[in-house]
Amino acid sequence: MAQVSLEGIRKVYPNGFKAVQTTSFTIQDGEFVVLVGPSGCGKSTLLRMIAGLEDITEGTLKIGDRVVNDVDPADRDIAMVFQNYALYPHMTVRKNIGYGLKNRGTPASEIAAKVEDAAKMLNLTEYLDRKPAQLSGGQRQRVAMGRAVVRDPALFLFDEPLSNLDAKLRNQMRIEIKALQRRLGTTAVYVTHDQVEAMTMADRIIVLNAGRIEQIGTPSEIYHNPASTFVASFMGAPPMNLIEAEASDGQVRLNGYDGLMPAPQAVSGPVTMGVRPEDVELDENGSVSFQVDILEELGAHRLLHGTLADQPFTVMVGKDHSVHTGETRITLKHDALRLFDVETGKVL
Amino acid sequence: MADTTLDTPAVTRKPRRIRWETIGDHFVLILGSLLMILPPLLALTTASHDAVTIHREGIQLGLGDDLGKNFNAAMFEKGGFTQTVDGTLMLMNSFILGIGFAVGKIIISMMAAYAIVYFRLRFATLAFWVIFTTLLLPLEVRILPSYEAIQKLGLTNTYTGLIVPLIASATGTFFFRQFFMSVPEELAEAARIDGAGPWKFFIDILVPLSRTMIAAIFIIMFVFGWNQYLWPTLITTDESFFTLVRGIKQIVLTYTDSQIPEHGQALALAIVAMIPPVAIVIFFQNWFVKGLTESDK
Repeated sequence: MAQVSLEGIRKVYPNGFKAVQTTSFTIQDGEFVVLVGPSGCGKSTLLRMIAGLEDITEGTLKIGDRVVNDVDPADRDIAMVFQNYALYPHMTVRKNIGYGLKNRGTPASEIAAKVEDAAKMLNLTEYLDRKPAQLSGGQRQRVAMGRAVVRDPALFLFDEPLSNLDAKLRNQMRIEIKALQRRLGTTAVYVTHDQVEAMTMADRIIVLNAGRIEQIGTPSEIYHNPASTFVASFMGAPPMNLIEAEASDGQVRLNGYDGLMPAPQAVSGPVTMGVRPEDVELDENGSVSFQVDILEELGAHRLLHGTLADQPFTVMVGKDHSVHTGETRITLKHDALRLFDVETGKVL
Repeated sequence: MADTTLDTPAVTRKPRRIRWETIGDHFVLILGSLLMILPPLLALTTASHDAVTIHREGIQLGLGDDLGKNFNAAMFEKGGFTQTVDGTLMLMNSFILGIGFAVGKIIISMMAAYAIVYFRLRFATLAFWVIFTTLLLPLEVRILPSYEAIQKLGLTNTYTGLIVPLIASATGTFFFRQFFMSVPEELAEAARIDGAGPWKFFIDILVPLSRTMIAAIFIIMFVFGWNQYLWPTLITTDESFFTLVRGIKQIVLTYTDSQIPEHGQALALAIVAMIPPVAIVIFFQNWFVKGLTESDK
């Protein structure tokens, strides 16, 4: 168990590609942090630098109180779970889980006991003598987890561990991994491109874009108070509606609608207004007109896709609302509206 | 009406056409098999006759009475100028050469491929292509300088001199390189985090994963080493280093001046020389196909 701190970490590849811009943050002891972002945003590079599989171009990385920039991955007291599990195909599950301990010179009897414990924890006991090829995807995933757990490391690293599983199994493993981490109290860094995984598993989310941190916060903070249009559109499904509007005299105006929400006095000119699809209510007496083009049935919810003042807009309503295409009137919840700078995308 | 007239000939013609194809296929296959199997078979039948009969009547189709005698003489009777070499010694020499070749080539080429694929060497790609172009320089091209080097090192008439100069293998390096490149990178990373250094990763992970590949290369290289003729002829003059392939000729030669050549014995020895490579290919057949076509990663 350990606190992990990154101080001014930067990664430039030999070909000049800047994978990670100068980055600093601290992960508390026992915290579950999720790095999320689109592909190529540098999240995997960041994780691999923490693991020691990638050199750090600049900055200081500390695990616990120890600077580990030049420490071999084997000596960083970490364990990593890979996307394709990276199980040793010729070894049984037992040997796969015990290999790390064996390399550290742990006595055979102790290895056997620890492997049994880990297998019991992960419901793998009956598969201990099988080879990875004889296991299902979910079981292989568990073996990879077992390999990490058995060493009782200070830090777990997960590199998109669930993306090779089918949707149902993914939901189940998500909960299992989270529960396991809670129980063991081990600090964890988890990389994913799936915002649902990020929202459901994280204590804190770090949203990355183009090698830069966009926002750090709890899932709720990230969802309700996105720091930029990027975060607003990346987190949440369906994403936040972003509408081009105009600010003047402390009011936001939109093509014929005045006073949608108050704007800071200092702001005037074009702005981007954000509103979550579920923060809109269908209301016969609503002040805003919404043209519904397509209805999407999700079971518990319905999505109404259409246009608001000629701009694409989506509304989410509960299953018991009666909906139809064509013109509808809506009300926007005032406290749920967010304003962003048009140029920088930053929140105002 | 039109339908029925079209249907009938199709029904009757179809099986006949297939039969002709099958017969054709089998004819070609049988012919090929005969072509391959007849010479060894004739060697076996001829080896069962005494030298006089063979010398007078040539190749024999039927089995004679001297099969056991000829094999016995070929394997256990001392021959050559020095009267110290028998078939068993030559068989052993052939095995030393074949296995030494195969094992040496596998070790060297695996390690070379490991270095090229897994280590950030400055000129790894260049090194690989330099190794690869040595395919253009087979032994026959460089035989004089090779002989010169071995002779100056005083390695003539030694197993080292026989095996080591031919041990570097571009083919093997190439096969192992391709195989290593198809092993997922995460496996090496997982092993690194699990505390396995480069050596341990090689021994614990890479070698077991390459089993089928090793078997395939072993077959190719064993047969290659077993059949070496030119290099052993150059490098060894001492008869105790003779291999089977050379011994066959020696039997025929040494007896010519005074008496009829022992053709029966020579043919018996030829058959003995054929058995181990065939046995190895049959034994490793499954692995061989697996190694060159698929791999369980």
